[in-house]
Amino acid sequence: MTVTRPLAGTLSVLDRPNSYIGKTVPRPNLDRLLQGRGQYVSDLELPRMAHVVFLRSPYAHAKIVAIDADVAKRMSGVIAIVTGRELEAVITPWVGVLSHLKGLKSAPQHAIAVDRACWQGEAVAAIVATSRAAAEDAMEHISADYEELEAITDMRTALDPATHVIHPSLGDNLAFERTLNAGDVDRALLGSEVVEADFVFGRHTGVTLEPRAVVADWNAAEARLTIYQGTQAPHMVQNIAALHLGLREAQVRVICKDVGGSFGIKVHIYADEMATYALSKLLRRPIKFVADRVESFNTDIHARDHRCRGRIGVRPDGTITVFEIDDLTGIGPYSMYPRTSAIEANQVVNLVGGPYVTPNYRARARVVFQNKNVMCQYRAVGHPIACSVTEGLVDLAAAKIGMDPVEIRRRNLIADDAYPCASPSGMKFEQLSHHASLAKLLQMMDYDALRAEQAALRARNVHRGIGIASFIEVTNPSAAFYGVGGAKISSQDGVAVRLDAQGSVICQTSITEQGQGSESSTAQIVGSVLGVSMDRVRVTLGDTDNTPYGGGTWASRGAGIGGEAALQAAKALRQNILDLAAAILQSTPAELDIVNNSIINAGDGAPRMELNELARIVYFRPDTLPPGIQPELMATRHFVPRQYPFAFTNGIQASWLEVDPETGLVTLLKHWVVEDCGTIINPQLVDEQIRGGVVQGLGAALFEKCVYDERGQLTNANMADYLVPMSGEMPDIDIGHVVSPTRESELGAKGAGEAGTAGAAAAVANAVNDALRPFGTIITEIPLTPQVILTALGRI
Amino acid sequence: MSAPVSVSLLVNGEPIDAVVLPRLNLADFIREHLKLTGTHVGCEHGVCGACTVRVDGEIVRSCLMLTVQAQGASVETIEGLSDSGEIADLQAAFRERNALQCGYCTPGMLMTAQDLLKHVSMPDRPAIREHLSGNYCRCTGYQAIVDAVEATARTRAERRA
Repeated sequence: MTVTRPLAGTLSVLDRPNSYIGKTVPRPNLDRLLQGRGQYVSDLELPRMAHVVFLRSPYAHAKIVAIDADVAKRMSGVIAIVTGRELEAVITPWVGVLSHLKGLKSAPQHAIAVDRACWQGEAVAAIVATSRAAAEDAMEHISADYEELEAITDMRTALDPATHVIHPSLGDNLAFERTLNAGDVDRALLGSEVVEADFVFGRHTGVTLEPRAVVADWNAAEARLTIYQGTQAPHMVQNIAALHLGLREAQVRVICKDVGGSFGIKVHIYADEMATYALSKLLRRPIKFVADRVESFNTDIHARDHRCRGRIGVRPDGTITVFEIDDLTGIGPYSMYPRTSAIEANQVVNLVGGPYVTPNYRARARVVFQNKNVMCQYRAVGHPIACSVTEGLVDLAAAKIGMDPVEIRRRNLIADDAYPCASPSGMKFEQLSHHASLAKLLQMMDYDALRAEQAALRARNVHRGIGIASFIEVTNPSAAFYGVGGAKISSQDGVAVRLDAQGSVICQTSITEQGQGSESSTAQIVGSVLGVSMDRVRVTLGDTDNTPYGGGTWASRGAGIGGEAALQAAKALRQNILDLAAAILQSTPAELDIVNNSIINAGDGAPRMELNELARIVYFRPDTLPPGIQPELMATRHFVPRQYPFAFTNGIQASWLEVDPETGLVTLLKHWVVEDCGTIINPQLVDEQIRGGVVQGLGAALFEKCVYDERGQLTNANMADYLVPMSGEMPDIDIGHVVSPTRESELGAKGAGEAGTAGAAAAVANAVNDALRPFGTIITEIPLTPQVILTALGRI
Repeated sequence: MSAPVSVSLLVNGEPIDAVVLPRLNLADFIREHLKLTGTHVGCEHGVCGACTVRVDGEIVRSCLMLTVQAQGASVETIEGLSDSGEIADLQAAFRERNALQCGYCTPGMLMTAQDLLKHVSMPDRPAIREHLSGNYCRCTGYQAIVDAVEATARTRAERRA
């Protein structure tokens, strides 16, 4: 189900014979993972390696009075017990701010807390031992004295003058505030029906199946630190580790092999990981830290803890006149490093109302400190908030004027021929396809038939609902995301390709793999452009010593940015090969082509020379080459988007579900997505990114919430009490595509990794409200647990 | 109670004699003592299913079982099932359908799926979803896994017919 909107012009390098572009091919090297022979950091062991566990504050906010580790230090297997004050000698603290987020402030954060712990779970001492078990045994014998301080937990009162200020040097608990005023909101509201609602989002987290894991190996003889870490951004880790350990970047190598899930959780710098690097340097031996599940819940970044007051103006003809939001979010005691914790709220301001033509938009977002675990960017950063608020308001407006939810969207979505254009918040759109996507969605779900079925079932007291959510997604970010704010996070990526001595291709890329298929998409592009079969392309990634410099895989950037670098590198190598082949074969490059691992005549397809023969001559018999020819069978290219700060994608989702008003349980019956990510490199991988993303959004919609009590204690930090989507509750998800390639790159690919998560919860919330329409109740809170639903229905 | 004890068991058909602390769970024994790292540890409290192995033919969560409880038992891990070829068709179906992304849940998922296919010849999709509902996958959203298990059931049924 794909509608393609072709670029002007004719065949590109992607349309070559035997192209892998647009084809479903299995990912290379999956057998490694299927046979349990992956190399995750959790599996890694090095000679002399020791294990660290962290004693963590049991209080949300406490002064550390004393830590007595005398008994623990004498226990069997214990190598060292290190406090924050002691570790300060090795590693400097950091402040998570960026200059382009004006006014953003935060306090210095230490690898291990010094004097004061600011959330339940912050590390206050490190115990290093020969095994994790020995370290945990010793931890039991450390006696730590705390003086409990007032915990600031409720974001709504964090800014009250009577509320204690968490970091007195900052003056107040406001980390960041942004306001925006576009068009003339007040005037537009005058002639409109106005609907308002408070949207509440549960704080949730990534729950990667492999917890965060790092092995840091300081080799004192080489004066070099090797960090094995499950990270999305190896060069960022290299930069930060070097900066705070007082090393040059060349003294730090970051290696990232298999990663057991990331989703934005593993794109940040965590205090306990920094402590692990520092401990390795301090103790001059490899140190391993693997978070256990309780630590994951207490220290992996949380996200989405927002309360957003939303207002929409609508005319009787369905014209949406105004969007207005007042968003409040609590980010824990520190802005995360180095990407900061202001990005999500900033994104919410950028994205609300994004799919629609409405010119009048007023927004305020405030980001406050609190004594809970840190919050930061997690898959689809800000998008689920913006989409849920926008689409929730649009449904409320439709209900207010008695219009079908589809019809009000049709009347307000930006026309498909209106591009390029910009949103009221200044986002630039190159080419989106809201109407084509909507039309396709309605066809896939058979909207009219579903409405008829809904009505028939309602007569039998079965309450089913349809929810629709349009969305836009930020992908392929340029330096506008982080670089302009001073962060050393690269927005460009590089790929090096070389022909080996047997005519196979070695490809090194700076993007990383956490299961998305980075390796596959890179091999598909390189193989297609070069004319080499995929089984002859080997891709190396996740090693700062052995890949070009680049950003990594996050913000739906791997395929679009790293993929274009791969395309350009392969083009350059192809030209080098053809130039060389022409010299050997006494032909011209234009008369030759490379197809299926061989040089052929471009005209009649006759085979001229196999690539392995060309490689043999180059590497072993260069004496037989014509004079003056120096073969270069390696090429490197880099790419970064320059014209658009972000390559926006768009899409639309629909949910079909049933609500049991007696139990409050929601049964998901079906979910549809239409998405436009530009050029599709591998349809199966794109669809699976979307499905996985949708289910992550469904978890947020129905189950997932970090439940804190008023003292800042996380009360459900385990997988029995924190519910995640399991196979039994999840629906089948149908996916369709519209294809509007970006013209910023020859590849034309935009990102697809976060689209599913962006709109899933909004579609479910709208569907639940649609199902509950006969009861006259509207719920604007997720997760939509039975308790929330039964409370709204007045049943409990 | 805390002194090491000796234990003898079969792991993937190989006899193993070891001396372990009574508190050592089977998952840690498999991973840290035998270096069979295909058995993954996700939650360490029996919820996520990543550590699923077979003990005397039944699937168990190796994080919830003590090593000493496996005395005399036959333990099979993903490495064993892979090398014997028992699940080669299931693994191929996972590969074709891209029923794994990060791969961390995959060994446990394959163990559990194979258990279903051994007991039920043609499970329908709800039955597959139900049987896999104790194995957490954050990446795929499960549909591809259900597809792969369903496809394997079909080809095995055709082969038998």
